[in-house]
Amino acid sequence: MEITTVGLNYLNNGYGLKSWLLTKDHKRIAILYLLSITGFFFLGGFFALLIRLELLTPAADMVQPDTYNKLFTMHGIVMVFFFLIPSIPATLGNFLLPIMVGAKDLAFPRINLLSWYIYVLGGAFTVVAAATGGVDTGWTFYAPYSTSASNSHVITAGLGIFITGFSSILTGLNFIVTTHRMRAPGLTWFRLPLFVWSMYATSLIMILGTPVIAITVLLVAVERGLHLGIFDPALGGDPILFQHLFWFYSHPAVYIMILPAMGVISEIVQAFTRKNIFGYAFVAFSSLAIAIVGFLVWGHHLFVAGQSTYAGLIFSILSFFVAIPSAVKVFNWTATIYKGAVSWDSPMLYAFGFIGLFTIGGLTGLFLATMGLDIHVHDTYFIIAHFHYVMVGGAIMGYLGGLHYWWPKITGRMYPEGWAKFAALTVFIGFNLTFFPQFIVGYLGMPRRYAMYAPEFQVYNVLSTAGATVLGAGYVIPMIYFIWSLKNAPLAGNDPWGARGLEWEIPSPPPTENFVVSPIVTEGTHQYAPSREVGIGH
Amino acid sequence: MATEGNIHARPIAIQPAPAGPYVHEAHHPWLQHHFDSMTQQAEASTLGMWVFLVTEIMFFGGLFMAYLVYRHASPSGFQEASHHLNIYWGTANTAILIISSLTMALAVRSAQTSQPRGTQVLFLFLTIVLGLAFLGIKAIEYTDKFKDRIVPGPNFHWEGTHAKAAEQFYSLYFAMTGLHALHMIIGVGIMSVILVMAWWRIFDEEYYTPVEVAGLYWHFVDIVWIFLFPLLYLIGRHYHAG
Repeated sequence: MEITTVGLNYLNNGYGLKSWLLTKDHKRIAILYLLSITGFFFLGGFFALLIRLELLTPAADMVQPDTYNKLFTMHGIVMVFFFLIPSIPATLGNFLLPIMVGAKDLAFPRINLLSWYIYVLGGAFTVVAAATGGVDTGWTFYAPYSTSASNSHVITAGLGIFITGFSSILTGLNFIVTTHRMRAPGLTWFRLPLFVWSMYATSLIMILGTPVIAITVLLVAVERGLHLGIFDPALGGDPILFQHLFWFYSHPAVYIMILPAMGVISEIVQAFTRKNIFGYAFVAFSSLAIAIVGFLVWGHHLFVAGQSTYAGLIFSILSFFVAIPSAVKVFNWTATIYKGAVSWDSPMLYAFGFIGLFTIGGLTGLFLATMGLDIHVHDTYFIIAHFHYVMVGGAIMGYLGGLHYWWPKITGRMYPEGWAKFAALTVFIGFNLTFFPQFIVGYLGMPRRYAMYAPEFQVYNVLSTAGATVLGAGYVIPMIYFIWSLKNAPLAGNDPWGARGLEWEIPSPPPTENFVVSPIVTEGTHQYAPSREVGIGH
Repeated sequence: MATEGNIHARPIAIQPAPAGPYVHEAHHPWLQHHFDSMTQQAEASTLGMWVFLVTEIMFFGGLFMAYLVYRHASPSGFQEASHHLNIYWGTANTAILIISSLTMALAVRSAQTSQPRGTQVLFLFLTIVLGLAFLGIKAIEYTDKFKDRIVPGPNFHWEGTHAKAAEQFYSLYFAMTGLHALHMIIGVGIMSVILVMAWWRIFDEEYYTPVEVAGLYWHFVDIVWIFLFPLLYLIGRHYHAG
């Protein structure tokens, strides 16, 4: 590491506030997103902390049940809509997608900046809703409680989600057009990095699903404000229609969270085993399969809601189908690691964590897709544990792994590897301690969304709260050393990991225009072995 | 951290792009710096609009879904309610939008074939006038509904057997046509900008993407109406004697 200087790059190309707030550079917009979603992550984490503290004892002794309802609602809204959904696409995707396809920027740089401002505006609505008293409907906004009964700030929070949806739509639109139209000469679809494939599949869900949640929360706001009979049965509406429309987006939204993390893991596994991915085309197409089949399974949220048994049966079978492409990915990552030259750097630790935790999260999803079992565990802590294994154990592990893997590219500096390994381990231990007891206590029958619980469940809740504390520490440590690294860590150079791909060919941090001369691609961009390029597309 | 993995040649050659057909185009004043050619820019913009229209279909789709569910739940109520819509205004508006699609297509065509400024501006102007005529008629219809007190809400008043379903029908009527009218207003705004650009002689056969993209949007909004008109005004009309 003899590198001591960095050239002109996107970070030192202008320092004023205006050069950031009016930037059209996808890399700077990625940084803007990174800062804002980190803020929302810690806000959502703060609500989680209060939830766990309240659940330390069986009685509702720290906060009133009404306040507790608001805490889990705000935790869900902030984490789902303002952290998880934009997390990897808007930060790592924004930063890397144009570079990975060999372009100077996304197809629509101004729309990209607009999407960040829309996100901030939607976030402002949510913060106002939280600050003025919060919402108590749960992040799911089920009607008719949300439209007629609740006295909390449903309209403000709903508008926040409505507005933020458009930032997600615009990001997806930008990614799709960029992937289709901005690829460098010679960069065929089957030479694309798998991260690009997963971003493309994610973008499809964003553009097809998000408009539906937008119109749905808008209808909730209209029904609440004008007393139109759309979802409230007392006014002639149909509450099941709300659940259908809500989950038509919100189930695929889970794949908006997990697909990008899967893309990250595909990159990390290749880089830290020094092998090409096993079955490139299968992994690429499994992303599309998840995106498509993921749109056909929403009814498994309605097994006990009054949906017909026949419809439930169909949705149950379709939900099993979505496990196939997910399993394809897990098997192919495992096959890639097999006999690979594995290096145990911190991004790879997160990748290992992801593979294990996502597998547990995915398999328990099959339990829940089984109608009979779902009736037993519906609305218990079992489902809380299940989706946290996917969203936290999966999506956030992938996000942190990706952030560590590309941090040298984004900032031009390394981070303290010892601390990073320690943090990765802390996250893994804290996560399992938090959520594994919830599987057990949920199976034993503890329902979700109550401030009080039966005393015999206390031991599991104490374990869970202890785990959450460890997990919280595991999230704070990286933030400290990442900030520290900006000034103090050694410079990274173009390719500190010996990884492959267009992003590692250019300086760290990249110059504003990414490529001083346009790249021409002659073989797969992630070739760790010379002769293993897949035959499709040639 | 391993750095010795580079045992074979790098797969990606970073070299100067070939000088050729793009070089001339690269100097076009409307080419943004991150595109290589005018063709690439035009293709990206049109694909972007198509993708946006897909999101619009899904956005309206939620309302169409609600319409189907409630129409299925109370078919006779919806027929009764539908009968109070003014079919003459509805038909006139359908004709107006179809004609505006023609003038829009002619506007795109005239930009594409480098027609004189007057021709380009004329077609855009006609499109805007027709759009405003549609909105004017919609305003008349809305006013009538207010006068007849068939706007959903506390003052809703219905002289028929299916008051509840009628209120639902009019909830959907205002939500769907209101959202459509909002799109028309935005469309008229976009067309006004395009008209100014045409007045500045910006469009010719080398650069007409904004007209084309705006045209795609305009046609889409027209097509939404083509679905709204039968769903709201026509279906089941001949069954109802009242």
